[in-house]
Amino acid sequence: MNDRNQTVRIKKEILIRLVKSFLSDDFIGNTRLIPYDMRPKGSEVPYRCCIYKERAILKDRTIAGLGFSIEDDDERKSLSEYAQEALDRTEPEEDPLTVIEVACKGCVPSQIYVTDICQGCVARPCQSTCKFGAISMQNGRSHIDGSKCKKCKMCMAVCPYNAIVQIAVPCEDACPVGAIAKDESGYARIDFDSCISCGKCAEACPFAAIHEKSQIIDILKNIKAGKEVIAMAAPSVVGQFPGNIGQLKTAILKAGFSGFYEVAQGADITARNEAKEFEERMKGGAPFMTTSCCAGYHQLLEKHLPDMKPYVSDTKTPLYYTAELVKKEHPDALTVFVGPCVAKRKEGMKNKNIDFVMNFEELGALFIGRKIDVMQCEETPLETESSKQGRSFCRTGGVADSIKALSDKTKPCLVNGFTKDSVKQLKKYAKDGKCEGCNIIEVMCCEGGCLGGNATINQIKTAHKIVEDFASKSKDITQ
Amino acid sequence: MKKVEVKLCLGTTCFVMGSSKLQELIDIIPEKFGDKVSVSGSACLELCSSSTEYSKAPYVKVDDDVVEEATVEKVLEVIEGKLK
Repeated sequence: MNDRNQTVRIKKEILIRLVKSFLSDDFIGNTRLIPYDMRPKGSEVPYRCCIYKERAILKDRTIAGLGFSIEDDDERKSLSEYAQEALDRTEPEEDPLTVIEVACKGCVPSQIYVTDICQGCVARPCQSTCKFGAISMQNGRSHIDGSKCKKCKMCMAVCPYNAIVQIAVPCEDACPVGAIAKDESGYARIDFDSCISCGKCAEACPFAAIHEKSQIIDILKNIKAGKEVIAMAAPSVVGQFPGNIGQLKTAILKAGFSGFYEVAQGADITARNEAKEFEERMKGGAPFMTTSCCAGYHQLLEKHLPDMKPYVSDTKTPLYYTAELVKKEHPDALTVFVGPCVAKRKEGMKNKNIDFVMNFEELGALFIGRKIDVMQCEETPLETESSKQGRSFCRTGGVADSIKALSDKTKPCLVNGFTKDSVKQLKKYAKDGKCEGCNIIEVMCCEGGCLGGNATINQIKTAHKIVEDFASKSKDITQ
Repeated sequence: MKKVEVKLCLGTTCFVMGSSKLQELIDIIPEKFGDKVSVSGSACLELCSSSTEYSKAPYVKVDDDVVEEATVEKVLEVIEGKLK
C-alpha cells in the first residue's frame, strides 16, 4: 500500500481510461486522446513546467499501461500505433518495470550535505568525529569532501545545530539490492540483470517515474475474443474491496472472467508439502529451512543470494499448485493471476500454466471501467473452501503459522520485508549456515506480507483484520 | 445541537480511488469531536455516476455537503467549519 495519494491516483486513472477506451467502439482513437482528455486545452498544469510536458509524461504512462517499455520508445511512435501493437502482440514483455525518463526528476545525487545552518563553530565536533578525514573548513563553514565521505552519518549525529543533512534519492534508497541508479545523464535507470522486481522503487518515487508494464489489454482482448479466461485470486484479495468473497467472485465473473479460483487452495497444498519437507530436513540434520512462496524472494535467491539455496524449501508456490489444478480442469482456458505485487509477474512469465498477471489496482480499474460495485453484487458460492491457514498466507507470519499447525517442531522467525539491512541479514544466515534460536525462516519481500504488496488498495492494518476474520471462519487445515 | 453526520463512500470506485485511506476517520473523528459528530462507512452514495464520474472520487458526505477528492485533512476541515 502506497501512501502517496497523487502518484497512485494518476497511475490508476491511466488504467481506468485504458479500460474505458478498450470497452468503447474506438480503442485506438480514444487511447491516443488519453493525455489530451486528462489535460485538455486551457486546463490547470498541476505538476510540471507546462501542459505539453504534462501530456508527454501522460503519454509515457499510457505506453506503460499498454504494456511497453519506455526505455525502448524513440518518441516518434504515436499512442495509436502502440495501442494497435498491444492488440497484435501475443506475449507480454519480459521485464515488468519501466522508468519514464521525462517524469524522473533526476534528483540531486545522494550525499551528506552541510546546509547554511552551519555556524562554523569552535568545537567542530563534525571534524573530530569523522573517521575518514572528509570534513574541512571552507569559507567559515564545514565542507564534506564527497570522495572521502562514507556516508556513516556520524557528523549528522553530533552537529549541535542539526546543520548536516542527508540528501536522499528515494528510488536508490528503497532498492534493497542496488539495482537502480542514475546513469550518465543523471536519470534513474534499472539494471534488469540485478533487479528482483520487488517494486519498491516504483512505490518510493515521489514523481511516479517508475511504472509497472500492464497486461490488462492482453487480458481484455482475450475476454473479448470469447476465450475462456479464468481468474486465480491471491489470498490477499480478501480485504482489498468492500464486500465478501462471494460478492467478489460475482464481480470478477461480471467483469468478463469465466471462472474464479482461490489461490488459497494452492496455499493448502504448499503448507502440507512444506511442513512435510521441513520435518524431513530437520531429521536430516539441516540447521534451518526458509519458506519459498514469495516471488520477490525467488529473484533475490537467483541474483543475489545463491548461498542460501541449500536451505530453501523445494516446495512450489500456492500459485504454482493452483495454476496446475486449473489447467488440468480447464485445459483450453487462459489463466490470470490476480495479485498484490509486481514480483509475481516474473513468476507468471516463467510458468507456462500462468498466462497473465493482473494486480489489484488493475482489477479495481476494471471494476470502475465496467461500473461494477462489489458490495452491490449478489453472492456466488465458492466451489471449494480453502483452510484457515491457506487463507492467512498473505499476512506476515501466515506461512510460518501454517507449517506450525502441521508440525510441532517449528521455531520460526520472520523476515518482514526487504530492505538493504534485511538482505544483509539473510546473506549472513546463508554464509554462517545458521539462524540463532530458529529453524524456519518465513521470508516476505514486503512489509506486512502480501497485504503490503506494491499494488494493494487497502491499508495493511484494515486488510489484516478482514483477512483474519475471514480465516477464522474457515476450517482448520488439520481437519 | 444536532449531530454532524459524516458518511464515507465505500463503493468500489471511491474505495479504489482512495477511500480505503479514509477509513482511519472512523477512529479519528470520535477521538477529536466526541459525540458531536457521527461517522460511518456507506455503500455507494451514487455520486460517481454523475458527469464528473470517477475523476473526483473518493466522495464523502458531511451532512448534505459533498467533499470531492476527499482526504482526511479535507474532511476534518469541513467538519470544523460546521461546528463553528
